[in-house]
Amino acid sequence: MTQKTLCGGLLAVALALICVAGHAQNAAKPQPLKSGLEFTGPEVRDLQRDDFANPGMLWVTRGEKLWQESAGAAGKSCAACHGDAKTSMRGVTARYPQFDAARAGLINIEGRIQQCRERRQQAEPFKYESAELLGLTAYVGQQSRGMPASVTIDAQMRGRLEAGRDLYYRRMGQMNLSCAQCHQDNWGKKLGPETISQGHSVAYPIYRLEWQTMGSLHRRFRSCQSGVRAELSPQGAPEFLDLELYLAWREGGLPIETPGVRR
Amino acid sequence: MKKTSRRRFFAGLMAIAAWPTVRAYGQASTESVDAMVLTVTGGAKVQTGRVKLELPPFADNGNSVSLKVNVESAMTANDYVKSIHLYAARNPRPNVANFYLGPRAGRAQISTRVRLGGSQRVLALAALSDGSFWSATADVVVTLSACYDAT
Amino acid sequence: MTARIQVPASARRGEVIEIRIAIQHPMETGFRLDDSGRAAPKNVVNALVCRYNGVEVFRAEMGSGVAANPFLSFFTVAEASGELVFDWVDDQGQTGSERAALTVKG
Repeated sequence: MTQKTLCGGLLAVALALICVAGHAQNAAKPQPLKSGLEFTGPEVRDLQRDDFANPGMLWVTRGEKLWQESAGAAGKSCAACHGDAKTSMRGVTARYPQFDAARAGLINIEGRIQQCRERRQQAEPFKYESAELLGLTAYVGQQSRGMPASVTIDAQMRGRLEAGRDLYYRRMGQMNLSCAQCHQDNWGKKLGPETISQGHSVAYPIYRLEWQTMGSLHRRFRSCQSGVRAELSPQGAPEFLDLELYLAWREGGLPIETPGVRR
Repeated sequence: MKKTSRRRFFAGLMAIAAWPTVRAYGQASTESVDAMVLTVTGGAKVQTGRVKLELPPFADNGNSVSLKVNVESAMTANDYVKSIHLYAARNPRPNVANFYLGPRAGRAQISTRVRLGGSQRVLALAALSDGSFWSATADVVVTLSACYDAT
Repeated sequence: MTARIQVPASARRGEVIEIRIAIQHPMETGFRLDDSGRAAPKNVVNALVCRYNGVEVFRAEMGSGVAANPFLSFFTVAEASGELVFDWVDDQGQTGSERAALTVKG
């Protein structure tokens, strides 16, 4: 048996057990809200809290440099328009995703950075999971560190929030599991050596030991899809933006931790 | 490392490993740590002590395990630590790192993060300026991730 | 290669100070498969040297057993004001360099 089938098998057995034993919780938000850090070991917590040892800070440093660099046909840097990110970007990540009139849809921080790049800098957009986009997203996110997640759901966004909630409760993949079955109904319980978290997005992008690199929230969504043996959606997919909005609403009030570290 | 200590090591592992694991990236090496140590010591006796090796007893993920090694030494011009060598026998390449320092270090202490290809005993070897060699070991249980991640 | 260095801005003469360095590098083991199923070639930062006012005070040889985005902490005695220079190289021959100023009082 390979490691992968062994892991998958254990996951299936463990979840089958807790799903039978557990009872459906109807509360839409976990009570109380807990950061993913509370479900990790002391090593991961120490790594995140030490601003030098935290490997995610390498991406923040990269993002900080990119913020100052001129790019594209317009020859403008982020700083040329936005000035010092420490003030102009303070609290921005905490308010995302938002409704974008031009797209007539949701946009997340990554999307907004790409939009600036294409329209204002007239430069090629970055690849979704590139070190550059992760760096800028992490640098912008860090400016909201400690501020409560506080997305505003206006009339235009209500439909997207509902779509996100539907997706959150929809069973998927060969294991026929929804997000909610793990992260809403069974958080705090053991799955092998790990404790199931509440699945919040406030620490993203995160440095994940499993990945050995920084990764986006949408990469994490893909990890969960692969964990339950579902088809993987691409980063930036509309359904991922809906899910991102639902998570932002669900975790409202939790402080932003970017750049987070997880196992 | 003689046979008895290895047998004891495996017995210890069996006792504590709730989630014993072999990492996806390769088999444990057949290269002998003993032979590697020999190239450093040239056959000189390795004594236990003076070296303190700290690793977490349970590692969240074998991809990144914090490690601290400290060698008791005056760190003066005539009495100092020349080098520190790290070995993880179950890694595909057991010689994790070698560090060279001298009297100007002031303190013979290094921290880093290592990969461990499964639960194992890690060895730290220190070469001192007086020609003596000292070592310490630490046992680490590496736990597996519960969810398969194809990304 | 992005890197970060932590050195105290100032120290007393004779003080033992901690130096920390982190380098953004995948430390590719050579055992991992890439997206197309081929083994990604081994590529690690294999050597790093720290010189303090031109004199080597620390050197590391690293293998694939060092975690991705390598982190190192070591110590040195603050002897004189000047500069700490870090140089490193990976298996593909790509080099990196960073420097930090240190003021020594007394």
